[in-house]
Amino acid sequence: MISNKINRKIFTLLKVQYSNMLEYRVEIALWAISGIIPFFMLNIWTNNNLNESINISDVLLSRYFLSAFFVRQFSVVWVVFSFEEDSLMGKVSPYLIQPLNPFFRYFAQHLAEQITRFPFALIIAFFFFIFNTESIWIPNLGILLLSIVSTFLSFLIQFLIQSIVACLCFWTEKASSIERLLFIPTLFLSGLLAPVVSFPKYVKSWIYLTPFPYLIDFPANLLSGNETNISGGLSMQILWIFLLFPLFKKIWSEGTKKYTAMGS
Amino acid sequence: MVQNIIDVRNLSKSFDISSKEPGLKGTIKHFFRRQTKSLKVIKDISFEIKEGEIVGFLGANGAGKTTILKMLCGLIYPSEGSILVSGHLPFRRKENFLKNITLIMGQKQQLIWDLPPIESFYLNASIYDLDKFEAKKRIKKLSEMLEIDEELFIPVRKLSLGQRMKSELLAALIHEPNILFLDEPTLGLDINAQRNLRKFLQRYNKKTNATICLTSHYMKDITSLCKRVICVHEGAISYDGELDLLLKKLSPVKEILIVCRSEEDAIKLENSGFTVKNKIKNEITIKIENNSITSSLKTILNNFDIEDLFINEPPIDEVIGKVLIKKDYDI
Repeated sequence: MISNKINRKIFTLLKVQYSNMLEYRVEIALWAISGIIPFFMLNIWTNNNLNESINISDVLLSRYFLSAFFVRQFSVVWVVFSFEEDSLMGKVSPYLIQPLNPFFRYFAQHLAEQITRFPFALIIAFFFFIFNTESIWIPNLGILLLSIVSTFLSFLIQFLIQSIVACLCFWTEKASSIERLLFIPTLFLSGLLAPVVSFPKYVKSWIYLTPFPYLIDFPANLLSGNETNISGGLSMQILWIFLLFPLFKKIWSEGTKKYTAMGS
Repeated sequence: MVQNIIDVRNLSKSFDISSKEPGLKGTIKHFFRRQTKSLKVIKDISFEIKEGEIVGFLGANGAGKTTILKMLCGLIYPSEGSILVSGHLPFRRKENFLKNITLIMGQKQQLIWDLPPIESFYLNASIYDLDKFEAKKRIKKLSEMLEIDEELFIPVRKLSLGQRMKSELLAALIHEPNILFLDEPTLGLDINAQRNLRKFLQRYNKKTNATICLTSHYMKDITSLCKRVICVHEGAISYDGELDLLLKKLSPVKEILIVCRSEEDAIKLENSGFTVKNKIKNEITIKIENNSITSSLKTILNNFDIEDLFINEPPIDEVIGKVLIKKDYDI
């Protein structure tokens, strides 16, 4: 009975947000295209033979960056910007007095956006393979499923990190500037610009203690068939979710006490 | 006996406000050293509201009416004092409490801008755990009461303000709350839309015995909906009681325009001891205290040859305007 109600809530939220996202399909297509940084990085790596230093073939490297592109497409998060705007404009007020945490709405928006992005990402991948026929590969079903799980976990970690930052709106009003600070380590340490394996050994040991390599590097390596510690990576992803979730709950409950319902 | 559904005791709310001097110097000073001060916007107020009552909150801009509503519905945290709404502490925002209330802000919307309102209704229905059949039934019932039909299927961005407001109401009432907090619900609506909305609220109150707390700058909203008003002046309650009593107190006299058959009758009336405001030929305007209207009119009709007479009520906006700038009204 209770699970039925929850399922109905989730299903309706997703359905409505998907209809809403379809209204912005051109914008979403452009966002999908704007996520092609990994392809530029692939070009830089292969043109300069940088992959030789880390013992990865051209084919494996191109599969890695295509996987990084896919993982990024399905784990991109912008909740801090939405929440900041809604909070400053007082739009969050009606949601706060409904028996559903407003972050579920943002969560559903992100999932709906990912579903909308999917065909565009496939088209981009199709063109990638036309120009890189040697990189075509079909991962086995088990690996594909694990990659999907891992990408979803990566999305959850990023969503929780940004939601925690978004809650700082209750104190600072401009929480997105803190997110911009976080974007720097996300960009460099997540594996979006370079596989983490290419970092010096002593730096790597530190990076693996942060959540960043589990955002892109781990799921991309998993999907592309590169050597990776699957159970270790998945465990770290789950561990970070368990650490971040209570922190989000705490900061949310403290933050809402500070809420002044500005603009309304 | 009718139960109190809202109980507010010694409630206060303070906000930290940062101030900045004008000009470049002020900006630089503000950048390095922010000056914030605590501003008490609600000052030690207490009141109760009974189940089924419609209460109007009156006050000038910035008096604290909306802040009171926001605390009552649990949107903001009180600094001091206690609030009990339907047996709940509102700021805890427990599911049972939230399912019992709604807040409608005239200048804010919860409908999804790019989708038809019907999508938002079904979304709200699922948030409040209504199944599809029940949701359909309630949408039908409320849309009939609100007289909206095909608007339900047009994207919100293409609706007129009045249609949007009706849809907002439907979205906010789909879970049939028994406490409604309405913050200027008729803001920006034309006269017909305002009247329809008021009619709807009256009907909703009658049908469901819902308690309604309302703020509005349109006096017609207050006079046609609220028997009781709470006047807020600089964060404190300056009057809490019946609207009629307040109006009588604020405007103790009525002006009566009397058209006499002849000018001689008008002169006789002028000299008969009534307070005369003015006299033009056979028309004379006199002021009579509310409590002696019947006896005075009897005297006039028995002793003078009267062709017609008109009793003029002072404009309500003018009367209420007085209360917004005064600190205390003892009645």
